[in-house]
Amino acid sequence: MTAGNPGTPAETHARWLIRGVTVLGDGVQGSRVTDMLLSGGSVTAVQSGLNHSGARVLDADGLIALPGLVDLHTHLREPGREDAETVETGTAAAALGGYTAVHAMANTDPVADNAGVVEQVWRLGRTAGHCDVQPVGAVTFGLAGARLAELGTMADSAARVRVFSDDGRCVSDPLLMRRALEYVKAFDGVIAQHAQDPRLTEGAQLNEGEMSARLGLAGWPAVAEEAIIARDCLLAAHVGSALHICHVSTAGSVEIIRWAKSKGWPVTAEVTPHHLLLTDEFAVDYDPVFKVNPPLRTGADVAELRRALADGTIDCVATDHAPHPVEAKETEWAEAAFGMTGLETALRVVHQAMVDTGLLDWRGVADRMSVRPARIGRLTRQGIPLAVGAPANLTLYDPAAPAEAVVSAGASKSRNTPFAGMELPGRVLATFLRGVPTVLDGKLA
Amino acid sequence: MKRHLISAADLSRADALLILDTAEELAGLADRPIKKLPTLRGRTVVNLFYEDSTRTRISFEAAAKRLSADVINFSAKGSSVAKGESLKDTALTLEAMGADAVVIRHGASGAAHRLAGWVRGSVLNAGDGTHEHPTQALLDAFTIRRRLVGGSGGPSPRGNTVGARGAGLDGLRVTIVGDVLHSRVARSNVLLLSTLGAEVTLAAPPTLLPHAVGSWPCTVSYDLDSELPKSDVVMMLRVQQERMTDAYFPSVREYSRRYGLDAARMARLPEHAIVMHPGPMNRGVEIAAEVADSVRSTIVEQVANGVTTRMAVLYLLLGGTEFPATEFRAVAR
Repeated sequence: MTAGNPGTPAETHARWLIRGVTVLGDGVQGSRVTDMLLSGGSVTAVQSGLNHSGARVLDADGLIALPGLVDLHTHLREPGREDAETVETGTAAAALGGYTAVHAMANTDPVADNAGVVEQVWRLGRTAGHCDVQPVGAVTFGLAGARLAELGTMADSAARVRVFSDDGRCVSDPLLMRRALEYVKAFDGVIAQHAQDPRLTEGAQLNEGEMSARLGLAGWPAVAEEAIIARDCLLAAHVGSALHICHVSTAGSVEIIRWAKSKGWPVTAEVTPHHLLLTDEFAVDYDPVFKVNPPLRTGADVAELRRALADGTIDCVATDHAPHPVEAKETEWAEAAFGMTGLETALRVVHQAMVDTGLLDWRGVADRMSVRPARIGRLTRQGIPLAVGAPANLTLYDPAAPAEAVVSAGASKSRNTPFAGMELPGRVLATFLRGVPTVLDGKLA
Repeated sequence: MKRHLISAADLSRADALLILDTAEELAGLADRPIKKLPTLRGRTVVNLFYEDSTRTRISFEAAAKRLSADVINFSAKGSSVAKGESLKDTALTLEAMGADAVVIRHGASGAAHRLAGWVRGSVLNAGDGTHEHPTQALLDAFTIRRRLVGGSGGPSPRGNTVGARGAGLDGLRVTIVGDVLHSRVARSNVLLLSTLGAEVTLAAPPTLLPHAVGSWPCTVSYDLDSELPKSDVVMMLRVQQERMTDAYFPSVREYSRRYGLDAARMARLPEHAIVMHPGPMNRGVEIAAEVADSVRSTIVEQVANGVTTRMAVLYLLLGGTEFPATEFRAVAR
């Protein structure tokens, strides 16, 4: 995006000297401790011993500088469900989690299936100023799965939509999916599929397996996801269009994506933090805070998803941040809404699930949570490794912060985090958007 | 024993035997002119029923009243629930009224479990969605023990009316037939009967078995006929109307032909074997009228045993951990 800064001129032009920060290697050079100067919205110097007078100084001893995180999958709920989240509160949560850009999903009310709504959401994001908001457009009118929304008009709008998704619902009609994939080629678009065969998941509540059998909850079989992914990979190959697969949750899906990629097909995929850490066994007490779509799967699935993220079969982590008001979760399981919040905890979860397990180093985290999602989302000024000349979108993270229990109350309007009470490592200390701090000392700036 | 009875898995073998033995003590009461004990005088039991189930509600109501508890029947129909009140708000209302026990029947699996987190009193699960119905399993175990486990511990001649106290169901072969996938009765029975030592077999079309049934403590068969000669107990499950139209099996006639218990199939059972059904029955679908009305059938006994068993559960959850036999006998006389 090319949006200007909403901050005051003084803030906009303030220079920041980040002192003693760990900058990740670029493959040629290893990680090193250095100073970094942010000026005019860009990184203007990266070297030791910078002593720039007039710049505000942030002592970053022990902190890692990551390129600002990019979320491909966020539900900001506005317009329509401002009781659950607004663009203001959702992006504040994003900034606190280290994000400098989020993709706002289209299942709002009204649905983001036209230029008016996507431009509204985009403008709300600019006003809020906590991070860039890139609206996702619906694939079909009203998410009804019947006819294509005006994809080209949304692409040409001020919001410059490139990612299209009926997320929450699957584009299950194979012909419509084919047409959507083909059509967005004209403007380098990508279709992000919520892979769920609707007939195989009627009334589905929980991963079909031992837990659903024991708890008497209608099963959500892995095959309902895998069958759609297999079909869509074949379609993407046939028409040569970009397919992105949302929230991959099963080991079988990984196998199919691995196969599609081995053919060189234009397929990318994401995994959520919760699918990297939690299993369906958390449903044992019927607490709907663990109810999510696709559902939490088994330990074997979690292990395979981690491996796939590590080896790049799964391109990125995306939160599927899905806020819901208290009453949508304080109810019987079958009555409760699907979804979990995730923006404020994503990096810490990935730290625990991927870094502490030795599967990914911090450079890998930067790649999977910033570089690749920005590329998939066609964001040209986000997800750029921190070097001189790069946009000053960055996150300062303390990997050595002692593990602390997650609290459910945060910047998000909703409290439906499945991680509440769980001890997670690390802490986001600061986030900068085009050189302007959105978070300092772990609090909104 | 735990404070609540939500799943048959909550019961250890000792817990289950304590309930059955207590029920055996209480069974004598039903034959006396005055069927009432003062045990739960001043305690309040709420029957919270979100689904129509006259037989279960009446059974719990009779059980609570015979123990002198105050009973409040809270039917979701025509109440604040119909106006959209949440389960949690209803729970808080019951809590404010001082319910010592809440008996809940609900269409959602896990409703009893959720309720237990919101009230201080004991929660008795009287059937939650397609999850469990533990008192049904207890009354079934009680019925099986009375019919098939004599004082010596082995199978006894039919007509034995007193179950062997302290005895489990060790070695008895129980075949549960029908829609296991959607059956809370089946789930509770598999857990409880296996806890009590029975060998449980599920006989059903593959479409009506959970995908992960292999993890359950039982064996599975698609062929009812081969199971019958080795069954001590055959428990028929009700086929719900809605399954008949949702591709679980091609037609009612075919279901009945392959898994229905008719007179010819009944003849393949060992002489001592009994036929059970939790009710209400679809005569002519899963069970033929001549089977339901035969001497092997325990269906009416199950209803009577339901009251006795639920008395035992209410007594143990609300009254104490052990049945004071001498005190009871003095009062009963």
